Amino acid sequence: MLEVTSIEKGIVIDHIKAGFGIQLFNYLKLDNAEYNVALIINAFSKKQGRKDIIKINNEIDIDYNFLGLLDPNITINVIENGKIKEKVKLKVPTRVVNVIKCKNPRCITSVESYCDHVFHLVDEEKRTYRCEYCDDIVTPHINR
Amino acid sequence: MLKGRCLIDPADFTREEFRELFDLAHQIVANPEKYSKSCEGKILATLFYEPSTRTRFSFEAAMLRLGGKVIGFSEPNSSSVAKGESVADTIRTIECYADIAVMRHPKEGAPRVASQYLTTMPLINAGDGGHQHPTQTLTDILTIERLKGSVENKTYGFCGDLKFGRTVHSLIKFLSNYEGVKFILISPEELRVPEYIREEVIRKKGIPFEEVQQIEPYMNQLDFLYMTRVQRERFFNEEDYIRLKDRFILDMEKMKYAREDTYILHPLPRVNEISIEVDKDPRAQYFAQAKNGMYVRMALILKLLGIY
Repeated sequence: MLEVTSIEKGIVIDHIKAGFGIQLFNYLKLDNAEYNVALIINAFSKKQGRKDIIKINNEIDIDYNFLGLLDPNITINVIENGKIKEKVKLKVPTRVVNVIKCKNPRCITSVESYCDHVFHLVDEEKRTYRCEYCDDIVTPHINR
Repeated sequence: MLKGRCLIDPADFTREEFRELFDLAHQIVANPEKYSKSCEGKILATLFYEPSTRTRFSFEAAMLRLGGKVIGFSEPNSSSVAKGESVADTIRTIECYADIAVMRHPKEGAPRVASQYLTTMPLINAGDGGHQHPTQTLTDILTIERLKGSVENKTYGFCGDLKFGRTVHSLIKFLSNYEGVKFILISPEELRVPEYIREEVIRKKGIPFEEVQQIEPYMNQLDFLYMTRVQRERFFNEEDYIRLKDRFILDMEKMKYAREDTYILHPLPRVNEISIEVDKDPRAQYFAQAKNGMYVRMALILKLLGIY
């Protein structure tokens, strides 16, 4: 049995769909971290069967909107003094700015670089988003 | 209250606000002289980053017939845009000189971006890429109301390029707010309406619709047939354009299948998707539509400037 010790102060990102932990690890640029980080792949889960977990032994700012966009089933545990101080339930954000890029070559955002890339939630179940400017529909989440 | 507002997308105004606008447009049609000095001292700026005949001329004619004046450019090479100026900077500069502005742009969403940098000047979207063309919709609706009284409880056929046809997108978006409408969408597979129109507008509002690839079997169901041009400028690939451009041509042979009260509309310009012989048929209403465009733009200018 592989053992990863608990952390004193930091964040545990739990219930990541098995296989997607590495993507999230890369999104959060944790390969450059100067503190302890554990990426656990294929951990046993009662709910999911298998899941990935990321344990970060440091306080870092995480954009919950961004994580909710990727996968609202992820849970975040904020740890202090070795105990869970707060459990954060993610939501699918209704509006995201500069997280997804519009890929429509006819969209104004493709030529005017100062424009924010703004997307609005269209369908929570399908997790589809609409570009504020050209109305193009995209599905930016990690597929479950 | 429409004073000071922008019209970028048909969803920007409520049904009641559109009613107010069309009521004024009908009054202008009945007595245009009454409004000939309404915009004295006011300036309309026309920013056309893409060629246009009807839309630009009808806006300019509308402002001149209201007694106002017009400034602007009809192609971007004659302005600072050629030096690489952004839409945001251009519109903020224009706001210093004009009371109201109209923008046509090849990129989708450009007028929306511009509107976000304005403080008080109303801006009207005169067509953005293959996206939206709300004032063509105003033109279409005034024509429909003048021909059949109201837009409700009617079957509308849309034929041709429904993918890049911005006039189609705007008109569908508008009509979807009214009771009893039904759509027959006639296009080649490659030029079907975009997903956001089919899923987020038509299906979401529960509008009955069919997507088909032939005109004839559906002609006798239609109150209006809205023909569109396959637009060369929207294709990245010339071969696709050539393959699709002549797919639907409305001629007198096909008109035989239409009812006596089925009217043919077209936003113009036409290339060859409606045979010239059809022009003589009283059911062909596309040139009357162009004239209505000027009247309804007069009403829009008056409303956005808060004069009526």
